[in-house]
Amino acid sequence: MTRTERSPAKTGTGNRTTRLLGAGALVASAGVLYFGLVTTPADEVQGDLVRLIYIHPAVSTMAFVAFGVTALASLLYLYPRTRSWRWDRLAGASGEVGVVFCALSLATGSIWGRPAWGVWWTWDARLTLTALLCALFVGYLALRRTGGGAESRAIRSAVAGVLFAVVVPIDHFATEWWRTLHQGDTLATLHPKIHGSQLWTMLLSFIAFGLIYAWLMFHRTRLEQLESRLENEGLAYALAARRAEGAPSEPESGPETAPVSGPEAAAVSGSASGESTEAAASAGLQS
Amino acid sequence: MWRDAALIAGKDLRIEARSRVATNQVAPFAIIVLVLFGFALEPDRSFLQTAAPGLFWVAVLFCSLLAVQRSFAVEAADAAGDGLRMSGLDPAGIFLGKAAAVALELAALEALLTIGIVVFYSTALTGAALLLATAAVATIGLAACGTLYGVLAAGLRVRETLLPLLILPVVAPVLIGATRAWEVALGQSLDDGWKWVTLLAVFAVVYVTLGVLAFGTLLEEA
Repeated sequence: MTRTERSPAKTGTGNRTTRLLGAGALVASAGVLYFGLVTTPADEVQGDLVRLIYIHPAVSTMAFVAFGVTALASLLYLYPRTRSWRWDRLAGASGEVGVVFCALSLATGSIWGRPAWGVWWTWDARLTLTALLCALFVGYLALRRTGGGAESRAIRSAVAGVLFAVVVPIDHFATEWWRTLHQGDTLATLHPKIHGSQLWTMLLSFIAFGLIYAWLMFHRTRLEQLESRLENEGLAYALAARRAEGAPSEPESGPETAPVSGPEAAAVSGSASGESTEAAASAGLQS
Repeated sequence: MWRDAALIAGKDLRIEARSRVATNQVAPFAIIVLVLFGFALEPDRSFLQTAAPGLFWVAVLFCSLLAVQRSFAVEAADAAGDGLRMSGLDPAGIFLGKAAAVALELAALEALLTIGIVVFYSTALTGAALLLATAAVATIGLAACGTLYGVLAAGLRVRETLLPLLILPVVAPVLIGATRAWEVALGQSLDDGWKWVTLLAVFAVVYVTLGVLAFGTLLEEA
């Protein structure tokens, strides 16, 4: 088992890259807002409703990209030669961000569908598939939060992540055949001609949401890293703090000098019940 | 591998035969689900007749959850799972055996549920070949998929609540495919029923293969 645990120098989740990404995302979003709401024309048929194409397609695409990254990272974690905690964290972070984007995609789709189709929801093949995916990944996130040993949890969720890659094509055919039997693909017929400025704004929205995805991913993977550090080192940290409390006259054997050997600490928290270790650690850190 | 599978399947089926959980609890549950659908929907016979394939397969899905949970609950008791891991049996064989036992239990439940929809929903059974072929591939798919997710959630404290959340979205294609195929067989739809059987067969093959490949890893972690 290769464990490439590297402790970050500081405890924050931001750095120069994330700040640059964040600034870029803000600027791009502002651009999308301005072009999307002010300069681009309203559609002849759909009116202002058409402005949702500056959010919805980009958000949906990002959701699928995020799920794809989860499946790929899970596969890389399972493959012995590339097994690294980095892939586990990436899979988890991408799954979480993906669920957010997927929920946003369903929500914006509903908001568009209500005035355009007259219903909040229709059993369109693509809609059904997106909803199924959302449910699948909510299950995946639940699986990631089950506690227990870090390694066992990582393997379970990696297998689940890879399984999704297999499920999605089957779901695709099932929903496609099921619905095309009753009605045509509603979405395909409703794509109107796109003007030049609309196309550029739409492209900008893809950039904006791509940057937001990247920014969220950086922060989320770092957060996962810190969480696993808390799991591994938290108990030792808390013990050192208690010892320091018990012997006030002794020179400060501060938390800085607490034994922070990653693998051993992980082995402890892996074999003992991870939940109680974590609870003790966080209780210790809070007081 | 096949001998190990037969051993495990025999063991699980013997446990079921002796404990009578399947016959005394799961089977009555299946019938109650059918009756509840009758309460919830218009008890007008023609409506229930139209909905019968879908209701049948929803009931089968619920039963498959119980069967899978049961299949891994017997391993959780008295550290039987540790015995299984140390038995030296081929993990792929263990997977196939457990899935086969679940599939046979489901097949028996499906036979019971079929009598149920004939009696309660006045369904006239037609297109026997398509009905049976659909039931066979769907059952294998459900059992394989259920067993794989069963071991994925085994050993977790939250497995009872986590398992339905994991399995139900995954088996959605089985519900869609089996329901459509049965509608065709029962003369309610002019779709190509065998197309759905193919999809169900692909589902079954994919999950049996994945189970054979991944079960060993997951069993170690359970």
